[in-house]
Amino acid sequence: MLFFLVAPISIIVPVSFSSSQFLQFPPPGFSLQWYREIFTGPNWTDSIITSVQVGVLTSLLATTLGVLASFGIVRGDFRGKQALYTFLLSPMIVPTIILAISIYFLYARMRLVGSLLGLTLAHTVLALPLVVVIVSAALRGFDVTLERAARSLGANEWTTFFHVTFPLLRPAIVSAAFFAFLTSFDELIIALFISGTSAVTLPKRMWDGIRLEISPAISAVSVLLIAIAVVAFVAIGILQRKGAGGSDD
Amino acid sequence: MQSVLVLAPALVLLTLLYLLPLAQMLLRSILDPEFTLEHYQHFFTEAVYLRVLGVTFRMALAVTVLTLLLGFPVAYVLSTARPRWRNIMLLAVILPFWISILVRTYAWMVLLGRSGVVNETLLRLGLVTEPIKVINTQAGVLIGMTHILLPYMILPLYSVMRGIDPRLMQAASSLGAGTWSALRHVYLPLAMPGIVAGSILVFIISLGFYITPALLGGPRDQMVAMVIAGQVQTLLNWGFAAAISAVLLGTTLVLFAVCNRLVGLDQMFGGISR
Repeated sequence: MLFFLVAPISIIVPVSFSSSQFLQFPPPGFSLQWYREIFTGPNWTDSIITSVQVGVLTSLLATTLGVLASFGIVRGDFRGKQALYTFLLSPMIVPTIILAISIYFLYARMRLVGSLLGLTLAHTVLALPLVVVIVSAALRGFDVTLERAARSLGANEWTTFFHVTFPLLRPAIVSAAFFAFLTSFDELIIALFISGTSAVTLPKRMWDGIRLEISPAISAVSVLLIAIAVVAFVAIGILQRKGAGGSDD
Repeated sequence: MQSVLVLAPALVLLTLLYLLPLAQMLLRSILDPEFTLEHYQHFFTEAVYLRVLGVTFRMALAVTVLTLLLGFPVAYVLSTARPRWRNIMLLAVILPFWISILVRTYAWMVLLGRSGVVNETLLRLGLVTEPIKVINTQAGVLIGMTHILLPYMILPLYSVMRGIDPRLMQAASSLGAGTWSALRHVYLPLAMPGIVAGSILVFIISLGFYITPALLGGPRDQMVAMVIAGQVQTLLNWGFAAAISAVLLGTTLVLFAVCNRLVGLDQMFGGISR
């Protein structure tokens, strides 16, 4: 059963190194031609750059807003807190196709289709709930006495935050930032509607490619996407092990 | 006061780019071009769209049942395995989660296509004389979606099963219950929150699935999300697309509310957020 989960994905790896012009299995020979194509062909490189830019910007924006909001949700004491928390997480529940078309209707009027800013803002809506889930969980498990100790030793609010609170939360925040990046980097459905022709992300370009022909170049892109996901996954695994308490179980 | 300040930026963003556009989209479904319920009527009476609804619900149900049947044993083994093995197995469940749905769907195209890995192997072995057609059929969609949604079933199941005391099963069997009867009367009721949470989660996600049915299904296997996209992108019929979206959104929210009543949303996302 576990084999069923992993094996189908791994089939892409040998295909991406194929020397054949089309999809053929087993590949007739080894070649790096498809990697050369995606890293030097103008269309693919443009898309890689667009995706990295949008991913980094989304990650920065979603992490900043999400960390702030998590403090408000966990530390704040006001009526309607639970409702607000549900609202912050609700973009995870709404089917992405619905988010995509409602944002598209908005952008069509504001001429934001095909812009990096538009993509970044839309992806932030998707990434924000993830950041809030991760950071607020870490904040709930946070030992407040450490902050009190710092304060009682004479540290002011800012010093306490930067020398005590932030370092302790850093693993969770960095994990959240990776998550947000990956959410944006892999996102397709929203990009399908708002990429336009001037900000085509990597998944959007891949989608267009698949609909035309199943060239092994798509496999090379897939391997690239898998590699980035695995790197983020491992990085977060290491961070969580380092994180507060060291036990994730 | 401070908590209001730190919450403000996130709330402003979500209001401007999520809440208002969503509300506007819902309004469009009844105000395009002026007040009318025609779009809804159209959707619920035309044979084409009734068929789409049927396909969507049947597919979501089939995927839910399949992931439950496949996921239950996996989650059980996970919950009883030694920590070392459990971590390796969890890796196999969680890692695919991280890989783009587009990539996972594409992998199935490579495997199941006309000259894909499976067909080539079967032909070479002489088991079939011509390629089996799986892509562009409902079977293709079912395989792809089951594979992609399996972790969404396994994780809530696992998070509930982990809390079940194994001694309860031992107690049941020492009191004379057979394996089946212990499973039915002791284990299943205890695992029920996980079963409900996982099933509703998978069902809801399936209802709005777009990428996999679009790539693995044929033109006759359209699901709701594909119709919405088509109405917006090629037919430019935004009011109608908005009405279908409203129906999909309404169904999704109702199911979530039911799940929240039954098991709590924490249970649903509990396994997934880590």
